[in-house]
Amino acid sequence: MDWLQAIDWLGILKCFVVGGIICVIGQILIDKTKLTSARILVMFVTLGAILGGLGIYKYVVDFAGAGATVPLTGFGYNLAKGAIEGVKEYGLLGAFTGGVKNAAGGIAAAIFFGYIASLISKPKMKKQ
Amino acid sequence: MKKLGKQTIQFDNPPTILETATIVGPKEAEGPLAKYFDKCLEDEFWGEKTWEKAESKIIKETVNTVIHKSGLPSDSIDYCFAGDLLNQCISSSFGLRELNIPFFGIFGACSTFVEGMSLAAIFADAGIKNVLCAASSHFCSAEKQFRFPLELGTQRPPSAQWTVTGAGATIISSSGDGPHITHMTTGKIVDKGIKDANNMGAAMAPAALSTLISHFEDTGRSPNYYDAIITGDLGLIGKEILTELAMDKGYNIKSNYNDCGALIFDKNSQDTHSGGSGCGCCASVFSGLLFNQLKNKELSRLLLIATGALTNATTSQQGESIPGIAHAVSIEL
Amino acid sequence: MKPLDTTKSYQEYVDKKSPNSPIFKNCFNAFWVGGLICSIGQIIMDICKNNGLDTQSSGTIVSIILIAISALLTGFNIFNKIGKFAGAGSLVPITGFANSIVSPAMEYKSEGYVMGVGGKMFTVAGPVLVFGISTSIIVGIIYFIFM
Repeated sequence: MDWLQAIDWLGILKCFVVGGIICVIGQILIDKTKLTSARILVMFVTLGAILGGLGIYKYVVDFAGAGATVPLTGFGYNLAKGAIEGVKEYGLLGAFTGGVKNAAGGIAAAIFFGYIASLISKPKMKKQ
Repeated sequence: MKKLGKQTIQFDNPPTILETATIVGPKEAEGPLAKYFDKCLEDEFWGEKTWEKAESKIIKETVNTVIHKSGLPSDSIDYCFAGDLLNQCISSSFGLRELNIPFFGIFGACSTFVEGMSLAAIFADAGIKNVLCAASSHFCSAEKQFRFPLELGTQRPPSAQWTVTGAGATIISSSGDGPHITHMTTGKIVDKGIKDANNMGAAMAPAALSTLISHFEDTGRSPNYYDAIITGDLGLIGKEILTELAMDKGYNIKSNYNDCGALIFDKNSQDTHSGGSGCGCCASVFSGLLFNQLKNKELSRLLLIATGALTNATTSQQGESIPGIAHAVSIEL
Repeated sequence: MKPLDTTKSYQEYVDKKSPNSPIFKNCFNAFWVGGLICSIGQIIMDICKNNGLDTQSSGTIVSIILIAISALLTGFNIFNKIGKFAGAGSLVPITGFANSIVSPAMEYKSEGYVMGVGGKMFTVAGPVLVFGISTSIIVGIIYFIFM
């Protein structure tokens, strides 16, 4: 069980709590505002990019690891971080290439696995 | 026929509801009314490739069933009125394209079934022998068109309603021994500014109230004239709202009022939140349960008020409110 | 004032009549499911780092694995049940993004593999990319100006 030793359990706890809290914020928005899920996703990704650009979200990521990067705010943060790194490296061009480059793996995976899943399966009626 | 008051027509030769038929989906089959339906499907595709095709097949087979049950040869049906919820009423027109009967496609959202019955009754009163009317809806095709993909992991708020998968069809004849359609009250469009597409019952309740009051005013009847007053798909929340609003206007309908959307599902075990909705809701509950009760003389005077939300996906995205409508027919033995 | 007097009074009346979502139960479920999904991500991340990958690559691998799992669960008609139970708990993590791409792709399969699956794939998730990427470009430009 080599890989068990690789895990930092205190880190997992922080990740669990912060990730959970970010989801609870989303849940309160769903229940209190009647916003559709698509709008909530847009809000989170935009907020993450703004907080990332302001340099605030970095502290959350340092504290909670995947608890901050797995929620969609982390996706936004990753885009903004990429854009800033891109500017540092390539100047203005980097603002356009950096963000998507950072998020490319996630976007490509979503498209690819999405297409595959739709090939092999059929939508079913919810039982409830 | 003659006009009573502002919105009601009284029939001189009250047309007869000759026969009804209904086919519903698997979830409806698990509900409390299962035994009243002619056929319950085991899956929502019914062997078809798409939900749209499945819905067309449901309305087609329902119409075939009602013709078969009535014992009439199909060429003795003079006209057909049918409608559904899908864009341009394709379920009805595709489902009935091989029927070979003069066809009127109608749209009244979920009020379509009673809209069809009203028009059919006018035809029958005017001397046309047999007029068929039908309406259908399908949970999956309706979700796809009006809301989100089925596999999207979202939660439904408690006020949301569940679109009934099913169709109802009936044959209205100029002669026969009843039950008879004696009056029809055509509703006006009423919009009280509700925008929440997850609270259709609340959006339609004012329209139902308007039609209910007009019916009583035009005919001079009172709520206790009827054994049952049944609305189409206000659901549990809409039902409660209509009961209170009617009381507020001086009409006590507490004891004899119910709603098809509240009847068709069991709220606790089926998790349907506020109840059923859709064209198929009123159509299947009338064609199944209510017609059965009329035939067995458990009911002798029924006021059926189908309610509709005249909205589509575009208007709700544009932030428009939801106009409601309600049509009533008075059915007596 | 009677409920039907104005649109405002009717809206207030309807709000009073409509039951509220069970917000405490929903938040509790969202919390632990969301936390759990993030923790699975963290475990994958730790393993990747232990195998000598840098943070950026580990993060990308976490995203790809979580996306693949939710695409699979969506395909097997399981994700919507999780989503119904957990609400934002499965929506807000990257799993929700993947689900919002896979579910329309499956739904519109009946309209063909090019314009159905391919064309409708981003009906729900498209805005996320539009707003996310646009915001990041603005962030980059602002950074460029003030650097």
